[in-house]
Amino acid sequence: MSTILIIFCVLAAVTLATAFLAIFSRNPIHSALWLVICFFSIAGHYLLLNSQFLAIVHIIVYSGAIMILFLFTIMLMNLNKENEVHKPRITRLGAVVSFCLICVVLIAVFINSKPIVGEYISTGEDYQSIKVLGKVLLNEYMVPFEFASILLLVAMIGTVLLSKKEKTEK
Amino acid sequence: MDSTIIIEKSVIILVVFAITMVMAMYSTLAERKVAAWLQDRIGPNRAGKGGILQPLADGLKLFSKEEFEPDTKNRFLFFVGPAIAMSTALMTSAVIPWGDKFHLFGRDIILQATDIDVALLYVIGVMSVGVYGIMIGGWASNNKFSLMGAVRAASQMISYEVAMGLSIIALLMMTGTLSLREIAAQQPGMHWNVFYQPLSFFIFLICAFAETNRTPFDLAECESELIGGYHTEYSSMKMGFYLFAEYANMFISSTIIAVLFFGAYNYPGMEYAVEHWGVNIANVIGIAVLFAKICFFIFFYMWVRWTIPRFRYDQLMHLGWRVLIPLSIVNIIITGIVILRDQIAIYFGF
Repeated sequence: MSTILIIFCVLAAVTLATAFLAIFSRNPIHSALWLVICFFSIAGHYLLLNSQFLAIVHIIVYSGAIMILFLFTIMLMNLNKENEVHKPRITRLGAVVSFCLICVVLIAVFINSKPIVGEYISTGEDYQSIKVLGKVLLNEYMVPFEFASILLLVAMIGTVLLSKKEKTEK
Repeated sequence: MDSTIIIEKSVIILVVFAITMVMAMYSTLAERKVAAWLQDRIGPNRAGKGGILQPLADGLKLFSKEEFEPDTKNRFLFFVGPAIAMSTALMTSAVIPWGDKFHLFGRDIILQATDIDVALLYVIGVMSVGVYGIMIGGWASNNKFSLMGAVRAASQMISYEVAMGLSIIALLMMTGTLSLREIAAQQPGMHWNVFYQPLSFFIFLICAFAETNRTPFDLAECESELIGGYHTEYSSMKMGFYLFAEYANMFISSTIIAVLFFGAYNYPGMEYAVEHWGVNIANVIGIAVLFAKICFFIFFYMWVRWTIPRFRYDQLMHLGWRVLIPLSIVNIIITGIVILRDQIAIYFGF
């Protein structure tokens, strides 16, 4: 167990350090790169939990997402000036409060999810394999799964609609 | 874990690493030879017999060249770029099944560094990380042409990854597994996936060209517009790494194509060989067959490079988003209908 504990400690340290660096570095590109390393170490945590599928999907999704963030930073920000935008105090307070609320929800989710994991372990099924995961997602959690995909689809269509130029009436 | 497994896997990893390196090295020579052949020239023939030592001479030249660095604040990232490109190019080979089971020293040896459950996703994941090498290198060069090349490479890879993923989904619906080993085992004899999923293969092939930044998709290093693209500022072995990574990527993507669609190590008459000559000899032939397929696809890459001119950038995006993605979605729907029809046929006992 001790090797796993050491790996976990190293990974956790990397995750926390890179997360802080992502927030504190002044250059937006550097913070995007720190974020990449942070997400990779989170994928490492998934691997420690023996969840290969989640780890790989995490890397695929977030490396693509951060690449887009990277591109936007290059294209939309003026990189020559390292100017920091000062947000009003009420916005910052709001951000902190909403983050705390998210934490409460997450804690509730984790507390609830523990017995379900236990159930899968006790039935002896390899609950990390894709086959089991797919069956669970599309049987027991069919409706939330479909809702999530509809949400993503709506966001996608909305983006396309917004980015299309409106036809000017003449 | 017992130590024999560790030794066995280390040997396999070392051999795979060496083979990838040698294949990438000789691809550079093959590229020049194929180009010469297509253009009715002789090609490099000075170093060794028929130019066989040319890659070594090239490597020696790159190592001994002057190391030049641009005036950049991101010196570390400038170094990291080629390193990421090279390591991601080599990482993919870990999940490829190079052959069936060998039976040596009284135990079965699987010719695969690791047989993970999500091998195919792993390949896609590593590929999507690979673009960071180009992007970081291009950005840290502090040069607008490099940056343009890097941005082009990134947007191209993001666009074609979508079509590639969707084309693989159709294949997955048929195979029902993500493990490359099982996919390879599902194609005995001539039951290659390419005959069942031709459209999927076609889309995957085009996307593989785009992902490896090869002509006609090499807009990232389009020399008439961007000088050298993302590696403009690189010299010496750092540039060598970028070029080498391209050839290593080519080898790996040829391997993936051969494994996914062309039956990997399977060949017609394999059962006969197993029965009459034993498992090991049948396997050696299988590995040779796999490498023959891989070499054909590497040749195909070169053939296309010296035949088809480069796309314009808007044509590239048009092809990716408006042609390949709808086509692959149609392919998924067709595959779904066929699978459903078969299931209904089984259910009602037709």
